[in-house]
Amino acid sequence: MIKTRILALGVLIVGLAIGYFVIGSESKYADRLSAPSYFSKFPFKLGLDLSGGTHLVYKADVSEVPEGDVEDSMSSLRDIIERRVNLFGVAEPVVQVQKGSLANKGEERLSIDLPGVTDIHEAIELIGQTPLLEFKIEDPNSNSNIQIDPSDIVDGEVSLDAGDIAPPAFVSTGLTGRFLERSNLQFDPSTREPIVSIQFNEEGAELFEQISRDNLGKIVAIFLDGVPISTPVIQSVIVGGQAQITGQFTPQEAKELVNRLNSGALPVPIELISTQTIGPTLGARAVEAGMFAGLVGLILISSFLILWYRLPGLIAVVAVLIYIAIMTLLFKLIPITLTAAGIAGFVISIGIAVDANILIFERIKEEIRKHDRGIADAIHTGFERAWFSIRDSNTSSIITALILFIFGTSVIQGFALTFGIGVLVSLISAISITRLFLYSLNIQKTTALTRFLFGSGFSK
Amino acid sequence: MFIIKNRKIFIGISIALVTFSIASIAYFGLSLGIDFKGGAVMEVNYLDARPSQEELASVVMPLGIEPIFQPTGETGYLVKTRDLTDLEHQTLFNALKITDETRVEEISFNSIGPSVGAELKNKAITQIILVCFGIVLFITYAFRKVSKPVSSWKYGLIAIGTLLHDVLIPLGIFAFLAHVYHIEVDTLLIVAVLTILGLSVSDTIVVFDRIRENLKFNIEKNIKERFADTVGKSIEQTFTRSINTSLTVMLALVALAVFGPESTRYFAIMLTAGMFFGTYSSIFLASPLLVAWSGEGEKSAK
Repeated sequence: MIKTRILALGVLIVGLAIGYFVIGSESKYADRLSAPSYFSKFPFKLGLDLSGGTHLVYKADVSEVPEGDVEDSMSSLRDIIERRVNLFGVAEPVVQVQKGSLANKGEERLSIDLPGVTDIHEAIELIGQTPLLEFKIEDPNSNSNIQIDPSDIVDGEVSLDAGDIAPPAFVSTGLTGRFLERSNLQFDPSTREPIVSIQFNEEGAELFEQISRDNLGKIVAIFLDGVPISTPVIQSVIVGGQAQITGQFTPQEAKELVNRLNSGALPVPIELISTQTIGPTLGARAVEAGMFAGLVGLILISSFLILWYRLPGLIAVVAVLIYIAIMTLLFKLIPITLTAAGIAGFVISIGIAVDANILIFERIKEEIRKHDRGIADAIHTGFERAWFSIRDSNTSSIITALILFIFGTSVIQGFALTFGIGVLVSLISAISITRLFLYSLNIQKTTALTRFLFGSGFSK
Repeated sequence: MFIIKNRKIFIGISIALVTFSIASIAYFGLSLGIDFKGGAVMEVNYLDARPSQEELASVVMPLGIEPIFQPTGETGYLVKTRDLTDLEHQTLFNALKITDETRVEEISFNSIGPSVGAELKNKAITQIILVCFGIVLFITYAFRKVSKPVSSWKYGLIAIGTLLHDVLIPLGIFAFLAHVYHIEVDTLLIVAVLTILGLSVSDTIVVFDRIRENLKFNIEKNIKERFADTVGKSIEQTFTRSINTSLTVMLALVALAVFGPESTRYFAIMLTAGMFFGTYSSIFLASPLLVAWSGEGEKSAK
């Protein structure tokens, strides 16, 4: 018995400690609780609908990419966008590839979460109007041969107006921004002329070697979004993927070209298909309302439990408080991104945690009444009997949560995750904690007082 | 047992409620939100006075966007349109400013392309089918050993019947509310329906569980008892629990509906209704149906 009581006390202290940590790690209360500063490393992670921010979904057109390379191009697309988004100075942006599946007809998508950004326009600009970089060569079958006026050639650079180049005059080589590793601005050591250097990746290097061999002395045009931005003439076969564009650039022009080459290194064209933005006030209001609703719900449930179930009710309230502490701790440590739907799932799981206790208490009460047994005995059988009902009824909730999580969209997953974890944790914690506390009371004698304390409803 | 004795009345009430709900859904209809059909919703708030809808309609007219304006809050509007590009979005917002002096802020903006909408719709349908399927399998498994005097598949079928009851009635209420308050079916509503499925079946299971236990007890102790009486006893034994449980969950849900975030308001209302009718059906519908189907003559029950 001493052991049970020490254990019960231990659980109570751990529960309090978790509660202290959970509240103390919120900056709002940290000072008042004089919490250690490292607590602040564990804030709640709020979803965009609560923190405010922008959610963008892009469709990637992978029709030009060979099937085996789709995954590669998508991940390099993600990297590039991530880099651009990081430039934006957003705290914790999330850029994710959503693989094509049956449900979305095989569309490869990229979703971008920008917490705190509410100016979508700016965000979309930054992510770029899908600059697509392509290297094209002259079409050998084209009639509209471009006459290169020798006077136009200056140090290997041909200056052509965009209008001079009819689209059929150039054909795709398959070499795109996907193969471009980076572009740099350099200066010729002797002439101090700016040079734009291009570094292709391994695959790109091979492709470019082939292209330069086949098209020696011809133009390779660099197109950005269908517009030629540079039309250098190939002067030698380029091995190793390191090419240079020389010409009479001003350093400013050269720098611009470098930037355009780098930003144009999107492997596949993307198209914005869905945007969502939530103002910070709306999110903050939702958090406040959610917290307040949770508190009101908790007070209502606690009052009901204590008024109806008396002593066991009080114990259930303590158990549920510990359950809430454990859940919020998990939210912080895993961490689980909380959304309005997720909080709703959590609130319902509190109801279910209480449900388990009610099943047990009703069973205990029945045992006391039916067999006129001692209370300690009744508690034991009550738990045993109630367990099957609790297990069966929770199983259907867990099945639902699992299916929702596996097949759901992000809103639904947020709900399913907190709801599912909630049901699982309550199955373990709410029940065993209540049992531990009830046992530790160690009620041996049945007196009028204990009868009252374990009675319920309107009975005396 | 009162409920079993008057089972015809209770089954009748349920049939009437379901009929009303189906009529409500058929009459008011359920319009799909942008989650499922694509489109855009912008919420704006005018810091001073909000312009009239006519005024807004006239400034937006030339843009060819054809939005619907719906007042929200004290000085705000929900502007619903087809899905918008970034440029259209900017143009629309600038148009809503009317003059340079108008102080207006954008609270939220959500635009969903038709392909995303179609995908969400497909997913929602898949989920509903899968959840139903999972639950039927589970009930069949849980009650596999119960076959006398009512075979186990009847438990499963009745559970599904009550499930339909529990989902249709809140949906009927929703169709009415949606008509009055111009709300649409969104992802959260689907979550609500699926959660009702889960909670309602767990409620029914608790009662059926008790019937199963009592039947087993009777066989072991060789007690002869009419099925109607066993069911009646089981309802009596689980009655308090059923009501208290749904009461606690409903307390949490009502708090969420009244004080919670706007985005989960209708979700909470739906779940409250689902919880209420789920409990009602597990006590007043599922078990009476079981007795009615057991084939124990009309004059049964004391």
